[in-house]
Amino acid sequence: MRGPAFLERLEAALPGAIVATHLEAIDPSVEVAAEQLVDVCRWLKESSDSRFDSLESVTAVDWFEPDPKKAAKVTWSPHTELIYHLWSTVSRVSLVLKVKLPRWKGDVPGQLPEVASVAGIWRTADWHEREAYDLSGIHFTGHPDLRRILCPEDWEGHPLRKDYEMPLEYHGIRAK
Amino acid sequence: MAQLVDDDPRIIEFDVRTDEMLINMGPQHPSTHGVLRLVLRTDGEIVSQVEPHIGYLHRCAEKIGENLSARQWIPYTDRMDYLAAMNMNLGWSLAVEKLMRHEVSERARHLRVLIVELGRISSHLVGMGAYGLDLGTFSPFLYAFREREKILDLFEEACGARLTYSYITVGGATADLPPGWLAKCETFLDQFEPVIQEYHALLTTNAIFIKRTAGVGVLSREMAIDYGCSGPVLRGSGVDQDLRRDGESMYTAMYDGYAFEVAVQKNGHYPRDHSYPAVPPDAVLGDCWHRFFVRMLEVVQSMDLVRQAIDRYSACKEPLGEPLKLMEKLPVGDVYLETECPKGQMGFYLVGDGSPIPWRVRARSSSFSNLSVLHELCRGCLIADVPAIVGSLDVVMGEIDR
Repeated sequence: MRGPAFLERLEAALPGAIVATHLEAIDPSVEVAAEQLVDVCRWLKESSDSRFDSLESVTAVDWFEPDPKKAAKVTWSPHTELIYHLWSTVSRVSLVLKVKLPRWKGDVPGQLPEVASVAGIWRTADWHEREAYDLSGIHFTGHPDLRRILCPEDWEGHPLRKDYEMPLEYHGIRAK
Repeated sequence: MAQLVDDDPRIIEFDVRTDEMLINMGPQHPSTHGVLRLVLRTDGEIVSQVEPHIGYLHRCAEKIGENLSARQWIPYTDRMDYLAAMNMNLGWSLAVEKLMRHEVSERARHLRVLIVELGRISSHLVGMGAYGLDLGTFSPFLYAFREREKILDLFEEACGARLTYSYITVGGATADLPPGWLAKCETFLDQFEPVIQEYHALLTTNAIFIKRTAGVGVLSREMAIDYGCSGPVLRGSGVDQDLRRDGESMYTAMYDGYAFEVAVQKNGHYPRDHSYPAVPPDAVLGDCWHRFFVRMLEVVQSMDLVRQAIDRYSACKEPLGEPLKLMEKLPVGDVYLETECPKGQMGFYLVGDGSPIPWRVRARSSSFSNLSVLHELCRGCLIADVPAIVGSLDVVMGEIDR
């Protein structure tokens, strides 16, 4: 992870892209605006002196507590968080990017939240985004081929969402 | 004139029109290493497109991880890369220890190096033996499994299991090594060392093997990085990266004081290549042969590391230390840690919320990224080369599908 000087250069190149920084965490991370994600990624890969040429993983975390009793105690408001772990094979440093999204697009249940795909920057994002779509229900706009990858194509729902309910049966196979 | 046309076989070939054909390969095909399904679009013998279909082993281990404590999830990591379960145990244990800011004892550190490097040898032996099988030769498979069996015997004596160990755990290991184990391990290494030459004679320098692998499935350095490839697939393309040396300090500290050279071709030479077979003239950096050769070099490298670890471990007189409690509470926060598993860089991401059960668990699989490059490697190759390319990636489906 880089120091504040690195963040200043990013801020100068793309004003308003950085929403927050968490430098005191074990893995320091930078939270960026969803609208500028692709620009930030392209800058990180092509212009920054660290050259983050490798995307290690794309992870979605669903921040939602289905249990109303526990939900009253949590300190965060429900949202979905996307985490991009970047790595530079040139300077051998890592970087954690985070993007906050609403759980549902326009807060309409069933409407998947949208974020731009980075598959045009790192080809590995293709499969990783397909996995995040499949399991966590994130719609990556501009993705070349957004289909389920691990679950069957006719599977319903996105299992890693906290409010996911296992179907009673799947093609006559009891599931619950 | 008509006589002439009939006699010239070339003219008949031009006469026959070939059509595109879809060929389904797998998920029960013997050379797809488990339940990988490939749909090949072919024109005659030439493959124009490969579409991998994965997920046949999907158990949503990440969802299971959200319902168990961090230590209870260790057996599930066994079942991801079941050919190198020790290495998977270590990856997850280190990630949890990173979140808890926990440091294991010196004895546990050397024990871990010893065990995971043996695990790497056994994984590469399967990779090598199965690769021979993919290319139509049965003997190397038996030779490889003969030696692997001895490693499994050692593991069985240490932890009671032969495949899914759950041995390395959060805070150290479940038990110390039994008395007399180190001597047995040394005996194994002594008799294993000369066997490596047999493998080189059987495969590495075998003319048929070279014909089948050299110059086939060439993966360029840039493409390897772009597709997130790692491990021997990345190093086979000439990228000098090994997390045991270049990774996070949390992980590299484990190898502090150990001497090893990363198995990668630099300036046209592999390290210590004077004592190993020369690179055949047909081989191109990044082809199947190089990926295979990197694995063979890593077997020797791991043997060396195991010897070093035995010395350090036996010099350690302090106790191993107890592993953390089964329901130990996790601090609030998130961590990501990648370790160098035999198949590549295996990453674990973990979000703790103050309870013993993680809020979110994520396994970034190395084979998943390594397999995603397959359609690029297979474009324009022969149908017979598809198993050669898939085998050279050495993927394990349990880890891809999770």
